Amino acid sequence: MRKLVLGLIGVAALSLAAGPKAEAQQPKRGGTLNFAISAETPQYDCHGSDTYATLHFSSPFYSTLLRYNLNKFPDVEGDLAKSWTVSPDKKTYTFTLHDGVKFHDGTPFSSADIKATYDRLRNPPKGVVSTRSATFADIESIETPNPTTVVFKLKSVNSSMLDHFASPWNCVYSAKDLAADPAGPRTKINGTGPFVFVEHVKGSHVAGKRNDAYFKKGLPYLDGFRGIFTLQAAAMLNALQGGQVLAEFRGVSPADRDRMVSAMGNKLRVEESSWTLNLLVLFNTEKPPFNDVRVRKALLLAIDRWGGSKGLSRISTLRAVGGVVRPGSPLATPEAELVKLPGFGKDIKAARAEARRLLKEAGHEKLKFTLWNRNLAMPYTPAGIFLVDQWRQIGVEVEHKQSDTAPYIAAMRSGNYEVAIDFSNLFNDDPTLSLTKFLSASKNPLNLARYDDPEIDRLYELQLREGDLNKRRAHIQALEKRLFEQAYQQPILWWHRIVLSHKTVMGWKMSPSHNLGQDLADVWLNQ
Amino acid sequence: MLLYTLKRLLLTIPTLIGVAVLVFFMLRVVPGDIVEVKLRGDGGNVTQEVVEQERKRLGLDRPLLVQFGDYMLGLAKFDLGISMWTERPVIEEIMIRLELSLEVAILATIFATIISIPLGTLAALYRNTWIDYVVRIITIGGLSIPSFWFGMIIMLTLLALFNWLPPITFTPIYVDPVANLSQLIWPALAVGYRYCAVTARMIRSSLLEVLAEDYIRTARAKGVYEKLVVSRHALRNALLPAITVMGLEFAFLIGGLVVTEQVFNLNGIGQLFVQSVSRNDFMLIQGMVILIACFYVVINLVVDLLYAVFDPRIRYGN
Repeated sequence: MRKLVLGLIGVAALSLAAGPKAEAQQPKRGGTLNFAISAETPQYDCHGSDTYATLHFSSPFYSTLLRYNLNKFPDVEGDLAKSWTVSPDKKTYTFTLHDGVKFHDGTPFSSADIKATYDRLRNPPKGVVSTRSATFADIESIETPNPTTVVFKLKSVNSSMLDHFASPWNCVYSAKDLAADPAGPRTKINGTGPFVFVEHVKGSHVAGKRNDAYFKKGLPYLDGFRGIFTLQAAAMLNALQGGQVLAEFRGVSPADRDRMVSAMGNKLRVEESSWTLNLLVLFNTEKPPFNDVRVRKALLLAIDRWGGSKGLSRISTLRAVGGVVRPGSPLATPEAELVKLPGFGKDIKAARAEARRLLKEAGHEKLKFTLWNRNLAMPYTPAGIFLVDQWRQIGVEVEHKQSDTAPYIAAMRSGNYEVAIDFSNLFNDDPTLSLTKFLSASKNPLNLARYDDPEIDRLYELQLREGDLNKRRAHIQALEKRLFEQAYQQPILWWHRIVLSHKTVMGWKMSPSHNLGQDLADVWLNQ
Repeated sequence: MLLYTLKRLLLTIPTLIGVAVLVFFMLRVVPGDIVEVKLRGDGGNVTQEVVEQERKRLGLDRPLLVQFGDYMLGLAKFDLGISMWTERPVIEEIMIRLELSLEVAILATIFATIISIPLGTLAALYRNTWIDYVVRIITIGGLSIPSFWFGMIIMLTLLALFNWLPPITFTPIYVDPVANLSQLIWPALAVGYRYCAVTARMIRSSLLEVLAEDYIRTARAKGVYEKLVVSRHALRNALLPAITVMGLEFAFLIGGLVVTEQVFNLNGIGQLFVQSVSRNDFMLIQGMVILIACFYVVINLVVDLLYAVFDPRIRYGN
């Protein structure tokens, strides 16, 4: 028996070792990739969008200045930039650009296009929406000494700047196009990316064909692609099983994965990763009794994240326990430190006893309130049910109210709620963007918990301007500690990403963000 | 008849104006802001200034009455406005989907008509026999099984038995009839089953009532063949309530196939309706409500006119 078990382990180990080697084949050219996109972008302009629907649609057509190296995430690598240098005072970034790059309409690419793109991003002209103007507010000037060099000068040090440059939303547009019509990218596509736009049939699909003049020689491998809008998970899974689409690159739930594994067996590739998304619980600090830190803290202490993670990860995309930075990423708080923070202790009995004591002390032993949540099945509904159950265990009665996105956002923005489930949708691990929502409400209308805390603002600014990684980490951890001790808002759990594809789809790289790596340049079909 | 039709058509104008006014103001009462959904719905970190600029650009900062005036003026010129989500003309957004939804509705109606009339007639003629029981079981099944669930079963069956699924992108019938029908026949079957069940039950009960009428007894007493009694005297009259039901079902199918469209990944009106509501895209919702109201009005008119065809006693316009 022991021999049999050892033998099986040996076979399994050999299979695992052989897997990646078997896939490390010579890429083949040709074929059209049909893949599913589970949402349809309302417009094509990356600069004015925050939804992955725009990226899964537009990324194959565009290049960016820098991008993430998905083999070594979160390292950054050049895309249109061949190389770059940062000045010793960290206030000047000089990029050397690839030569001989052309837009799809044949216009040669130069540093003027980078300048026009970033000018539009940081200071959009009238009638143009840039959701990244605040991100690039530290840029003082952009200079173009020659067609292959662009120099960004900053007003002050910004430790997140390289990550900002690598954002997949910074699609590079032609300066000529922008001069003709600054709002043009909303409806027209002309990039330098690996694929040329063919058609967008509303509500049906987007199609692209190989850019034969793509500046990365030999790429892309595919003749073309079709991104088919499948707005319903069941329809997408059926299409995947039936081979009408070969992949869906955002992510599915564990139940969907299990169904597909059982239906498709070894034809299916399953890739998993932690995800740069989380759900948070937040309190309206302007509404009694949630203006009392004891009540808020009691509610956080009652949540058994470690136990919840085990159960929820079986039925939903929620899995990892973490603080304000994705667990396991370079600036995340290690577990040994995390368990010392309110709401993250592993002794749930003691935490709940403390929670009851705090509620009694605050005079709210029989607390009742409404929990606002989005009406999205995965993972909002299980998260809401989980919280209701956790709070029930300290004698708190909660009504779970789920509503569509529009009224949900309206309630959050107007402060017409008591306790809510919020979310963070990030594309990287750099904390500057994720921490923005914790800044004082008077500075940032995105602070839905509606508090003012100068200490949090100070720590945010310190981490943003700090060039030393260890010191920056210390500032972030101090901010996190302050945030959790004041119990304004706190991550419930971080998401877990599961991507399904047919094994014939090769070259696509899994990452912790569904917003990255969607240009499809390296993807090929093994058939 | 012509005068009656014209009168009815003219009456649709105040009806549609009433619908337009109601839907405009009711939508403004619903909480939610499309700009917030658009820019912050996916966690976008945008400044309040950007949100305000976008509201201004879409004209949402203008007084409500000014917006209403513009909207009504547009309607008078048959202009349904621009979708606030996609910024394309509402009529364009609707027309892309209408072809598909209409085709599903027509196919389902054909299916329902072909099956339900003989089924309902047989059940009535062989009342309380095994034939009637079988028909009743089939029709109760059609009423009880939700169309979307039946659609899922169809899809899973096709997948399990033939490892085949209908195409998931739409091809117009004039481009490739085979591809078109191989995609749409299945949802038409899924929704047509319920449609067929409703109509068959209506025909059965209506035919039973008619068969008990005096004039049927008179016809039989005069020695008219039973086939003629049923087809010429009974069925024509029994079809009147069924036509009303079929008309309403047809109008429902234009915008009501939300879940079925999702199951078959159809880019139809129902799906567009749900999306526009969840995004608070007022202009698109208004346009679609007007369109669906138009369908109901026109179909009711067609049903009324068909009454005269089936029942010679009914005459309009005098």
